[in-house]
Amino acid sequence: MTVIAEPDMNVVAEPAPVVAPAVAPEPEAKPRDILIICYSGELEKTWATMILATTGAAMGAKVRVFLTFWGLQTFVKDSKRITGDGVMQKMMSFMQRPGVSHRKLSKMNFLGMGPWMMNKLAKQYNVASPKELLEAAQAMGVEFMPCQMTMEMFGLKREDMIDGLGDPVGAATVIGLMQGGDAPLFI
Amino acid sequence: MSTEQIAQIVDAKGLSCPMPIVKTAQAAKSLASGQLLEVLATDPGSTKDFAAWAKATGNELVEQTVEGSVYRFVLRKK
Repeated sequence: MTVIAEPDMNVVAEPAPVVAPAVAPEPEAKPRDILIICYSGELEKTWATMILATTGAAMGAKVRVFLTFWGLQTFVKDSKRITGDGVMQKMMSFMQRPGVSHRKLSKMNFLGMGPWMMNKLAKQYNVASPKELLEAAQAMGVEFMPCQMTMEMFGLKREDMIDGLGDPVGAATVIGLMQGGDAPLFI
Repeated sequence: MSTEQIAQIVDAKGLSCPMPIVKTAQAAKSLASGQLLEVLATDPGSTKDFAAWAKATGNELVEQTVEGSVYRFVLRKK
């Protein structure tokens, strides 16, 4: 004889046991975004910016470069000689020719002999030039953001700048990215 | 390993930092997941750099050999 127990309506059904997965899937580590503040315009610092920007992109990180003060001059077209509208703006570009291929060394410049020797050595040892690295960086999706204020102060127009730059932004964008967790570098 | 087909070879011999890594990253982009990429480099720093690159990008460093002054890396696309 079988007794079929009546379901006890007062007993709350036990929740199904939670089965933990045998191996917890490792969360995909997303590399931190990198934010380079390209402030200086000297040859050796331009080189550092370009090397770190390309390598960051190669390592799978999103790299943004904020171009400000002397750093912005590097991103004027090589072919431009005099930029700006007023006399002082024109004089500024006359005293320091803009463009990635016309950077001076902070030390041992010796009227251009230092950079000439540096570029010669770089070629001899197969070190990519800042211009080559800049092109590689752009091809790899590095984002270059000109500083709006510096553009205005130096009288630089969009047509003075190399192709492929992003929209001009301000310091708040830069700080916002830092607050969002970007690894910051001031060069 | 020798039975597997190398999908692409990057010749970075003679190039200095960071070009071996930059060229490798660019070449890896065009590969499908699981395909093998061979890199030849002479930059002594590349032994450490390629390990760091593989770790950061999740691509696998399958093989690493040196012959004379040429370093050879075989990487598997993630």
